[in-house]
Amino acid sequence: MSPTVTTSSEVHGNVSAATARAAAKAAATAESTGPQTITLAKALNTAMADAMHADSSVLVFGEDVGMLGGVFRITDGLTKTFGESRCFDTPLAESGIVGMAVGMAMNGMRPVIEMQFDAFAYPAFEQIVSHVAKMHNRTKGAVKLPIVIRVPYAGGIGGVEHHCDSSESYYAHTAGLKVFTPATVADGYRMLREAIDSDDPVMFMEPKKLYWSKDLVDLEGLRAEHAANTERGTSSGGRATVARPGTDATLIAYGPSVPTALAAAAAAAEEGRSLEVIDVRSIVPFDDETVCASVRKTGRAVVIAEAHGFASVSSEIVARVQERCFHYLAAPIRRVTGFDVPYPAPKLEHYYLPGVDRILDAVDDLQWED
Amino acid sequence: MTISADHTALGQDAPEQANGNHVTEGAAAEAVRKFGITVEDYMLPARHQIQMVDQDGTLNPHTEQGAQPGHEYALPGDAELLAAYEQLVVGRRVNDQNSALVRQGRMAVYPSSHGQEACQVAAALCLADGDWIFPTYRDSVAVMARGVDPVQTMTLFRGDWHSGYDPTKHKVGIQCTPLTTQLLHAVGVAHAAKLRGEDTVVLAMCGDGATSEGDFHEALNFAAVFHLPVVFFVQNNQYAISVPLAHQSVAPSLAHKAVGYGMAGERVDGNDVVALLAVLGRAVKLAREGSGPLLVEAHTYRMQAHTNADDATRYRQDSEVAQWVARDPLKRMQTYLTDRGLLDDDGAARIAEKAEAVATQLREGLGEDVPVDPQDLFRYVFSTPTPQLKEQSAMLADEISRDEAAK
Repeated sequence: MSPTVTTSSEVHGNVSAATARAAAKAAATAESTGPQTITLAKALNTAMADAMHADSSVLVFGEDVGMLGGVFRITDGLTKTFGESRCFDTPLAESGIVGMAVGMAMNGMRPVIEMQFDAFAYPAFEQIVSHVAKMHNRTKGAVKLPIVIRVPYAGGIGGVEHHCDSSESYYAHTAGLKVFTPATVADGYRMLREAIDSDDPVMFMEPKKLYWSKDLVDLEGLRAEHAANTERGTSSGGRATVARPGTDATLIAYGPSVPTALAAAAAAAEEGRSLEVIDVRSIVPFDDETVCASVRKTGRAVVIAEAHGFASVSSEIVARVQERCFHYLAAPIRRVTGFDVPYPAPKLEHYYLPGVDRILDAVDDLQWED
Repeated sequence: MTISADHTALGQDAPEQANGNHVTEGAAAEAVRKFGITVEDYMLPARHQIQMVDQDGTLNPHTEQGAQPGHEYALPGDAELLAAYEQLVVGRRVNDQNSALVRQGRMAVYPSSHGQEACQVAAALCLADGDWIFPTYRDSVAVMARGVDPVQTMTLFRGDWHSGYDPTKHKVGIQCTPLTTQLLHAVGVAHAAKLRGEDTVVLAMCGDGATSEGDFHEALNFAAVFHLPVVFFVQNNQYAISVPLAHQSVAPSLAHKAVGYGMAGERVDGNDVVALLAVLGRAVKLAREGSGPLLVEAHTYRMQAHTNADDATRYRQDSEVAQWVARDPLKRMQTYLTDRGLLDDDGAARIAEKAEAVATQLREGLGEDVPVDPQDLFRYVFSTPTPQLKEQSAMLADEISRDEAAK
């Protein structure tokens, strides 16, 4: 039978055998490697494994996340390491997955659940909007829902329809949800650990086209950073970062658009234009301070997002920056976003996705002649 | 015909399988071991609804209680019946007091369970202290019967806040208005308890109209697949606002839906608190002993309109309502207990006094004008307010202070 799971308060006194094995394995991995080249997928997987080791109330469930390890293999090996009571498949029903997570979180667990694809999360919308987002507020803080809802999102992988939606605006528009989206391998680990630690629910939007992007990452260093942050009660949650410093204009991007923005900045540099790239990281809460500091410095900005531009996160960013930086702006803020059309079929998606040329065109339009 | 979703022969002890399909094995084993009946006779409701005390207050002979082999129910003890009657009287008084407070403008709205008090009371009394209950917006009487303060229970309907009590303290979910969404929360609470090896049972309530919702299906299926101790309790009060049950479902009964999930279903006279205590009591006991989830459908009637904003005369006949007046849950219980010598005038007076005390508490509590704090708007959105919420909170505070200064 499956081992008994303990709540977080009991964790230090009662670590299951499977958890102990996982700890030994994690330690062995760390010792033998040091900085290593890993994928975003591996970083996310490691974050979940480490969180499950640290706290036996952390549970992972969803569709195909068990023996298969998820259709993107992000939960690979978790069932084997932690047992079927800690990482398991559910019936194929997204509202059920989220609704059950609400009850589990009410009763001492920290569920980390996977929606298989962005557009397949929509059946869970009512549970997310009416309960996940509101429970803390309705109960005046008596009930906390430490739930992480992982959503592989956005396009660029040649996926058929309903597999490539940029759904972040729906969640960002809902009061009571944090919305995180990592763009780098290190942030995959760092931000997922922070999301799991959060007492508030987090929509964790994973850019699926970046799952197999690689980077040299010091996992042991990230673990130490997480431990230090936990001890100090600090975190990088809610903060944007300067992904590339520059002086002439600011490119504001998040998730799948960050590498595109960096590529545009590199191309612009060859033409003698210095672009700063801001990686928003956390859509909610939004880091006005970092974003506006950059725009006040450069006086020009382009917001880049894959999602449709109309009534979107990108429109919100433009509005916020304009309200706060109007007198610093040398030109209206431009946006490079997806068109206001349903996500296109694979053979057409390259017309839709914001690319380097479209970004550079927008930068060229920032009234440099003045 | 036999029912065996895992295709193992009935009565055969299926081993713990690698695919973890112990579910139907559990239900099958339950039926065969405990009741000596087939799985289908266990899962399908009895041919007639279970009724122990008829509408005139007479105890039905055992053979006429609707039971059949495997569906026999023991008469609850005298103390339990008296306690239930007391709660029935309190519940009726609460319903009528709250409806009056709405008419007086002291509450925004009150979905009354007048006529459904037997369901309310049995739902609360069938559980043990550590058990959970997940109520709907019409289940205020059940919430109070679980020990939540009456005035706190009414916070939602008074309009001070969305909920007035701590669900984790009372193990009572907050009253849910999006239909059936709370059934999945019940499933999650039960699942967490099961993973920790606790013997908690969760009772999840919904109405007849709610069985059309997708979450009804998902909750029953999840509970069955994970073999969780959840008792789904459907109060079939015949109408979803204005739409009669025939427009929701053409199933033989709502209890019959259970078999599709591999769980047992039963239907019961929802105005007979004796039968309700017996059927729900057994369901809770079975769930606690590891039977997996069960479904109980109670036939009852919403005697009043959906809420004060509704006009029931537009969609139902007075003659229909009159039939249900005769089936009133309080009257029959009073007759039954009086005839058995368990209730005399003194006892009835004492209970009436208790009910009046709760009504007074409601009148006084809801009559008080509790000041609301506008900063509560921002305080609980997140555990720690975001910078944006801090800005907005400061803006509102400034606005209010300028208004105050201008006065």
